Parts: sequence; structure tokens; C-alpha cells
Amino acid sequence: MVTTLDSVDVVTVGVGWTGGIIAAECAKEGLKVVGLERGRERGTEDFSIVHDEYRYAIRYELMQDLSKETITFRNNRQQRALPMRQLGSFLLGEGLGGSGTHWNGQTWRFLPYDFQIKTMTDEKYGANKLPAEYTIQDWGITYDELEPYFDRFEKTAGISGEDINPFWGQRSSPYPTPPMKKTPILQRFETATSNLGLSPFMLPSANLSEAYENPDGQQINACQYCGFCERFGCEYGAKTSPEITVVPAARETGNYEIKFNANVVEVMKEGDRVTGVRYYDTQTFEEFIQPANVVVLTSYVLNNAKLLMVSEIGQQYDPESGQGTLGKNYAYQILPGASGFFEEQMNTFMGAGALGMSVDDFNGDAFDHGDMDFIHGASLSMTQTGSRPILHNPIPPDTPSWGADFKRASIENYTRTLGVGGQGASMPHRENFMALDGTYKDIYGVPLLQLTYNFTDQDRALHSYITEKAAEIMQEMGAKTVVAGNPISDYDIVPYQTTHNTGGTIMGADPATSVVNNFLQHWDAENLFVVGAGNFAHNGGYNPTGTVGALAYRCAEGVIRYSREGGSLV
Amino acid sequence: MAKNDKNFSRRDFLKTSGIATGALIGGGIIGGLIGANTNQQDTASSPPGTPQESLGSPGGVRGLVFFKNNAEFEILNQATERIFPEDDLGPGAIGLGVGYFIDQQLSGSYGENSKEYMQPPFYEGGITQGYQSRLKRNEMFRQGIQLMQQEAQSRFNANFVDLEGEQMDEILTAFQEDEIQMKGTTSLFFFRLLRQATLEGAYADPIYGGNHNMEGWRMKNFPGHQTAYINEIDSEDFVDIEPQSLGMEH
Repeated sequence: MVTTLDSVDVVTVGVGWTGGIIAAECAKEGLKVVGLERGRERGTEDFSIVHDEYRYAIRYELMQDLSKETITFRNNRQQRALPMRQLGSFLLGEGLGGSGTHWNGQTWRFLPYDFQIKTMTDEKYGANKLPAEYTIQDWGITYDELEPYFDRFEKTAGISGEDINPFWGQRSSPYPTPPMKKTPILQRFETATSNLGLSPFMLPSANLSEAYENPDGQQINACQYCGFCERFGCEYGAKTSPEITVVPAARETGNYEIKFNANVVEVMKEGDRVTGVRYYDTQTFEEFIQPANVVVLTSYVLNNAKLLMVSEIGQQYDPESGQGTLGKNYAYQILPGASGFFEEQMNTFMGAGALGMSVDDFNGDAFDHGDMDFIHGASLSMTQTGSRPILHNPIPPDTPSWGADFKRASIENYTRTLGVGGQGASMPHRENFMALDGTYKDIYGVPLLQLTYNFTDQDRALHSYITEKAAEIMQEMGAKTVVAGNPISDYDIVPYQTTHNTGGTIMGADPATSVVNNFLQHWDAENLFVVGAGNFAHNGGYNPTGTVGALAYRCAEGVIRYSREGGSLV
Repeated sequence: MAKNDKNFSRRDFLKTSGIATGALIGGGIIGGLIGANTNQQDTASSPPGTPQESLGSPGGVRGLVFFKNNAEFEILNQATERIFPEDDLGPGAIGLGVGYFIDQQLSGSYGENSKEYMQPPFYEGGITQGYQSRLKRNEMFRQGIQLMQQEAQSRFNANFVDLEGEQMDEILTAFQEDEIQMKGTTSLFFFRLLRQATLEGAYADPIYGGNHNMEGWRMKNFPGHQTAYINEIDSEDFVDIEPQSLGMEH
């Protein structure tokens, strides 16, 4: 039996950064908003015993329960897709705040080049710089158009940073709070990169350098550098997260309600409009329909795409013909880097998730790609995030992976190893895409999302070039041994890499090549919005959340305008 | 089966590791730890019932909750000790209680794969597709331990626990190199699981039953649960901090 609830103005599927931002903005405008979150309520008070590497970083306390739902994966269409039975390559969040609770807080704006990558690459290098199977395209919005929304998100989040990087787009205002502490480890990076003629700057951080009250009146506290950020929640309320900012802002209006343990399985559609969503209570399996004037998909990249597919909204992408847009342009992140082994002990166990310095000299189109067989690049950073002992057992090459020599070397080097790491851009390829799986289902009987993905020649070339640069920096930093990252071959879903999955519900100026317009409004259903990193037409050389936050503010404006005026917003 | 002597000399371990850490300090790390270690030894020999005595073992007792006989447990202990052996830096897996840690984990959600997708059909996948076995982790451990014993018998005509260290290493290496036939999984997969569980037991908070007395952290200079480093993180020098567990009263 299905219970149909009273209709509301706006329903969001998932309550993380995007769901929280939509809720706060719409509720402030007087719209009645319901957020459906499949995980639990949680807040700062739940993180007082969070300094537990085993529970949170190894056993994934804050992550999605895969026994209920996962995805299937294959490297190419010839392979049989099989379920991702354990978490590995990326960590899907669950619960209030979503991945915005367990993130590190590195908060970037994508480069002007990113938003017009096709136009700018063609202009500078000609139309055939990359082979045709790389499906790069402009995003249907420019950096300048998105700038006010970046500004909004950074002010909501209180981002700590400094505007001295020559490669960024123009900013309308300075960072809301000053940069974090430039620790001795970061100073080594600053000196080395300066010596190499590069332009180091403090990484923009959502672990705040000082206490801050945001424009909504929410308080974010000052970071204590305890070294437990990524995969953890913050016990100080000092790592900006949805549950300490936009969620309470939305709740204070009296126009917002969150239903927990509510797992949406379908977007209901009638003609060219959506009418609401159908969901299960994850504990009792009771079934509900939540009718709404506007539906906003605000869950993670993978689930947003899956919900459109199972609800048969939009045309599924077909790699054979290149037709269809849903599931197209899935991209990931390329991770070049180098480790350095040092003589002296350093305070590597202290830190914060976004405590770091970076250079953008090898990112975007900051360097000439005329002689390169790839485009774009990577930001290169030295971060001091707090190394913990189970996951951090650095050993020099040729050391065995267990036994007496392993024990000695891993203990010795735990406090004597640093890494220079890149967030490398990932270009879409016609064979990398998402679809529905024909065999495996989730606990509600809905097909799993199927991911087909492999690294490409562009990725391998980018990785190899940037890895060399990372090794040069590490050399200059004075490491006694420098170990450059191994070249990449095939994508492997087992080892953790990064939770920066993108694409599948991409934005653009043309319904023939994108799923949503530049207000993140669905081309085929004007009262349906889909927002998140799924909108990225490719992945840039940074962490995604800053750009996701900007798109969410843009989307909120669209939802409000649509609620008043109706119709297509473009 | 003869019980392993090492299993009953935990207090000796503490002493040994204390001295070993002291020696390391003498080797030029940081002097401040000497006093802290001395204190730790004092608390370790304080009257029964004090919380420090029984970190990770409520009530001061320890026992098996997954393994059903001591023979299996002793094989596990010896195997983990080869992976993470006692040395002059401090205790190995046995001294740290890694076996007890793994035993407890195997009886819970880790061993039961309760957060993993375990729906059929099961197919052998490519290496990049990860774990595709129908077996739960606790079934892999039980099978793996039986096979270690079987290998000891067939190679050396002896019980695994009575082998020389090098002989145990030979068997573990055969697992690591995927030379042992396992049912429903591969010996390489099992070996990686065993190695990882050993490190987890050595370095997880003592509330989980391993990392006895935080000796794993102390060896590694990891201070465990500290509220803040805002006053130390600017230091040019390495800061040695006595570790704290989440389970301590503070």
C-alpha cells in the first residue's frame, strides 16, 4: 500500500550541500520544502568521539551501506559488469550532510578555461587537438556568469584563503576569512616551488582559520588542527558542513522539514512534468508518494543519474551511436604525484583536511599544450591533513610489505614522509558512461547503476607529465629519496583514489548534448532540477565542491524563479 | 596443543617495549617520553582493576568470541606475529593483542560482511572489479588458517605453530604469491586481508582490543586521540606527545 502525502512546493532528494542550499534559499523565499534523506539525522554532537581511525576511516562509519545499494562496474563494454561489493575507489556518503560531512574542505572555483574548454581549446590548438572520441564540450555557462554564485557559496561556507594565484578567474570579493596557518611543512613547499619559479598560495579551505558568522547568521568555529577531517565529521563545528550552515538556516524559516530514512526510488512523471517522488522508509519498508510542484535531485552524482534512468526521464546515452545524453561524459580524477622520504621527523600527524599550499602553473591552460598529447592539467598541492597509523605505512622502494623490515621502515618513515599530490583533470570519452544494470538490483528491487569506465591515453599522458613536475618539487624540497607515482594503466575500483566522480547529468546550452540547462533545469521536464557534480561536462583540476556549491545557488535561483513564473528559464 | 609462551608474557612485553622505547629515545628522538614511559610501566604494574591495566579488555579478562578452539587462534597469532614481529622498537602482533582484535572483528559486522553487497549472481571478475566472492570474511579466515596448518603438515610435517619463523614465512609467502588453492577466494586476497587486519589490530584504538596499552601508537609516535594541535602545529621541531585513547577517562 502506498501512502500519498500532502503536496509541497519543493521536494529535494538527499540532504547534503546541494539539498541544503536549495532548501535554505527556497524556504527563505516562503516556499514549503521537504528534504528526503535516506540516512540518519546527525550533527556536531555526534562527533565527540570521532578521533577513531578504525571506525570512521577503515570501516566507513559515515558511508553508504552497500548491502542495500551499490553500483556495478566494468572497464569496457566487452566486460561483464559486476557489483562493487565493498567500498574502495570512492566513498559514497550517507546521512544528513552527505559527503559534505566527511569531506576535507578543499574549496575551489573551476577555472574560466573549464567552462569554455571546447571553444578555447579549438581556438588555440585547432579542432583536432584531441581525437573525436573525447567528448569535451562547453558547459553552457561562463566563469563570469557563475562568479556571483561562487561568491555566495564561499560566503556561506566562510572559506579561508588568499587571492594571490595569478591563474584564477577574477573574484568580486576577497575570501571571507584569512588563510590557515602556514606550517613548517607548508613552508618547505612554498620555498621549493618559489625556487622553481612557480607561484605557491594557500589552498582555499573550509576548515576555518577563525570563527565566522555567515550571511544566514550561522556560526562556524575556528579549526583546531586535530588531523581528523576526511572520512570524519568535525567535533568543533569548524569544518563547514551543511548540517551546521544551510540546514539550520532552512529549518529556522519554519518552511522546511527533513524526513530521514526516506529512500527515493522513482521520480513520478505525467506528460512533460514531474509530479513528485516515490520513496521507501528504509526501516519499515512502508511506501510513500511525496507530491511536489518542483522536484530537485540533490543526491550524489551516481544516484541522481540512476533516478532519472529508472524513471525514464531523458534519453539514455548510447556509446555506439553517440546519441542520448543521460549517463554521458562520466569523468573521474587523475592523480599524479610523488612521495619524498626525509631524514628528520615532522609533525605529520597534525593537520586539517584543507591545510595546504598549491601551485596552478600546470593546471588548466596555464602552460602551452602545443607540443603535448593532452589538454588541461592538475593543481599540485602539499597538504597536511593529519596522517593516521593504520592507513599510513610509507616504505621506500624495495622494502617488503610485511615482516621485520616492513615494520621498522613503516614506523621510521611514518613521520618522515611527505607527498606532493595533483588533482588532475579528467576528460570525457565516448566509452566512459553510466547506464542501468540488467542483472543486479538494490534492496528495493530497483536496478543498480552500471558504470563503464577506464583511463584513456589523454589521462595517461597528463598523469605522466604532471608526475614528473611533482617529483621535481619533491626533489627541491630536499627529500633524500623521491618516489614518483607509478604510471596509470587500467582504472581499478579497489584501491581508494578519490570521491570526485562527475558527469552523467551534464549541463549545457543545447538539449541535444546535455541533460539540464544552465539553471540545472531538466530539458524534458521544466519542474525537475538536477544539481551536483553530475552537471560537470568534464572534471577539472580541482576538488569539485566549490563548483558544486556555486551550481546549487544557481539552481536555487532557478527553482525560485520557476515557482513564480513557470516555463523554461532559458 | 601447547600454548604459546609469548601469549602469557604480556607484562614482560611491556617491560621489554618500555626499555626498547627508552633505547630509541637514547638514540636521539625526544627526551620527554622517558618519564611518560616510566609512568606507563608504573600503571601497568598497579593493582588489578585499574583501567590502564585492562585497556581494551573490560574487567581485565580476555577471551575468544569467534574462534572455537585455541589451536586456530594460535595459528592466527603466529601468522600475525610474522607479519608484524616484536623487535627492539617494541611488541609485535601478539604483544599488541592483534589476535584478540581480529577474533572480535570476525564475530561482528566486519566478519559477517554486513555492510557489503552480497547479492548473487557471483562471477569471477577481472582484478579491477574487486572482491566478487560469496564467502564472508570470517569464512575466509577460518579456511585460510586451516590451510596454513595443512601447508605446515605437507611441507614440514609439523604443526604451523611449531615451525621456525622462516618456515612460517615460506608458507605466508606462498599465500601472498597466490600459490595456495583456496575455495571461493584466492590466497592472495586472503593474505592481503590478513596483513591489513594485522595492521588494524596494531594501530586501532585500544578500545577494539588490540594496540595493547597504546604500544602500537607509541612505537609510531602517533598520539591517538588529542583534542587539538593548534598550539603545536607551528613548531619547527618534532613534538612528542604521550598518546591518549578514546577509552581513557579524561
